[in-house]
Amino acid sequence: MSAKPVPQVSRLAGVAAEPGAGKPDPVLVADDVTKTFGGLHAVRVSRLEVQRGAITALIGPNGAGKTTLFNLLTGFDRADSGRWSFEGRSMAGLPAHRIARTGLVRTFQLTKSLTLLTVLENLKLASRQQTGERFFTALVHPLWRAREESIERLADEMLARFQLDRMRGEFAGTLSGGQRKLLELARALMAQPTMIMLDEPTAGVNPALTQSLLRHIQQLRDEGMTILFVEHDMDVVMGISDWVVCMAEGRVIAEGPPASIGSNRAVVDAYLGAHHGRRAGEED
Amino acid sequence: MDILTILGDGFRAAIGPEAAIYALAAIGLNMHFGYTGLLNFGQVGFMLVGAYGVAVAVTTFSAPLWAGVLVGIALAVALALLLGIPTLRLRADYLAITTIAAGEILRYVYRSNFASPVTGGVYGLTRFADPLYAINPVPAGQYGFGQLSFSDRSLWIMVIAWSLVALACAFMFLIIKSPWGRVIRSVREDEDAARSLGKNVFGYRLQSLVVGGVLGATGGMLLAVYTQAVQPDAYNPVVTFYLYTLLILGGAGRILGPVVGSVIFWFVLVFADSFLRQAIGTGLIPASLINPTEVGAIRFALVGAGLMLLMIYRPQGILGDRREMLLGER
Repeated sequence: MSAKPVPQVSRLAGVAAEPGAGKPDPVLVADDVTKTFGGLHAVRVSRLEVQRGAITALIGPNGAGKTTLFNLLTGFDRADSGRWSFEGRSMAGLPAHRIARTGLVRTFQLTKSLTLLTVLENLKLASRQQTGERFFTALVHPLWRAREESIERLADEMLARFQLDRMRGEFAGTLSGGQRKLLELARALMAQPTMIMLDEPTAGVNPALTQSLLRHIQQLRDEGMTILFVEHDMDVVMGISDWVVCMAEGRVIAEGPPASIGSNRAVVDAYLGAHHGRRAGEED
Repeated sequence: MDILTILGDGFRAAIGPEAAIYALAAIGLNMHFGYTGLLNFGQVGFMLVGAYGVAVAVTTFSAPLWAGVLVGIALAVALALLLGIPTLRLRADYLAITTIAAGEILRYVYRSNFASPVTGGVYGLTRFADPLYAINPVPAGQYGFGQLSFSDRSLWIMVIAWSLVALACAFMFLIIKSPWGRVIRSVREDEDAARSLGKNVFGYRLQSLVVGGVLGATGGMLLAVYTQAVQPDAYNPVVTFYLYTLLILGGAGRILGPVVGSVIFWFVLVFADSFLRQAIGTGLIPASLINPTEVGAIRFALVGAGLMLLMIYRPQGILGDRREMLLGER
């Protein structure tokens, strides 16, 4: 791994590296969130706090329940039980669009670019407080024109920031896989979130674009955004996260700063199996 | 063989009241299917409640014609809510199943014996639109030349119907280009993406169903006042499929798609009919091969064959954009 940026001096320094650790300023707090599919306990998180203004990585082997947890927290799937709050407001049971409106916005593992909307329309769609989205107001252009113009200015700034301005008028369906990831991130930001949840933001993105994506994510953190992201690439996790949460079999099994997580016994066991490093037949 | 007569018949149908009425109902379907991605297979049900709303209000309850129109619209809104609230949270297929069933249920209820004191049963109702013809500004007589001629009554309905089509197109243009339309199209593209951006997908689908349903009902009302009759079996599921045919023919998801589609659909249908009848009459096609009574069925087979060719060589429809269609498949 090349020279990684020194993690920012964060208030996470004094936090205990243990599952469910309390954070000094948690923006998202989840308690006893469970979800079963048939007999499978997909998610059973007893406590999770996400620190405000930090990049938290959510790692874990395949099938650990990371995406399911994302779906539950953002209202895309219904939890069997549990409570969670975002900025002190209870989110349990709220539909997805209501959760998004509180400022907790997610992206998807498989990008969901709105193919037959232009890149610009994709961004403009995400903005809030456009009264023209109400049926009767929509028919009277003067009622929403001013807002539309300010949205368009914002969208153009965002396009420039993510180097998508060349594609402004193209259908989103014509973008490459990497550009779609950028578009989805830019679109999420147009919704003016206080926290974004990114499900594998670098999956299927070429290395150069990955670097630029990660710089964007770090920049957002520096601007005060809270970021929770699922990631499989350990270099990425070690490189940009301030805190790492590891899940396995639906539970949070370890938490800690990135430097410590690689040597965490529970994490190594989860990834490699508890019997690694021993010859077959050897017992405890 | 008189090709002018055949062409005249075709053009007459292409600009006639039926073409306008089908265009109007298909504009509603375009809102559902073309822009929101709702698979509504019961558009004829909306036409039926519109038509009967007028007929029943005027005939059975002696209400004025304008009140009948309001009843028709109210019934369409009610039907959309009734169909939409239980199904629009589910996958697209459930709406398709529910709407096709609802259309048939409505037809059977309206033609049933127990409903006949109100709806006239299988015979339907007639002569409820006299007040509309009483204010017909077109002097009595026949207008046009040759095959291309219309009675004053037809002309009056054509003026009303095409004006409504123009209004509906203007409405669609405004609403689809607005932020509301942007949300509607995003729901069609990917409902989860729309949801993740804070859009109430269910609410938007329901609004779309209501708006398109009211447009369908308006088509039904026009059909009723044009023919001065409502008869339940005129509102069978085939009508919905004609609407889909002409919508796809013209180009779904295009403002003028349903209008162009309807004009071409009616032209081809009547042109084929007139051509076959003449060809049999003049012996060009021997009567032993096609019996004149079979012409009605064969013309639809021709329309079907034409549609197949269109799907092969121009699947996006007359006004559609091929690039868009290919992107949509990804």
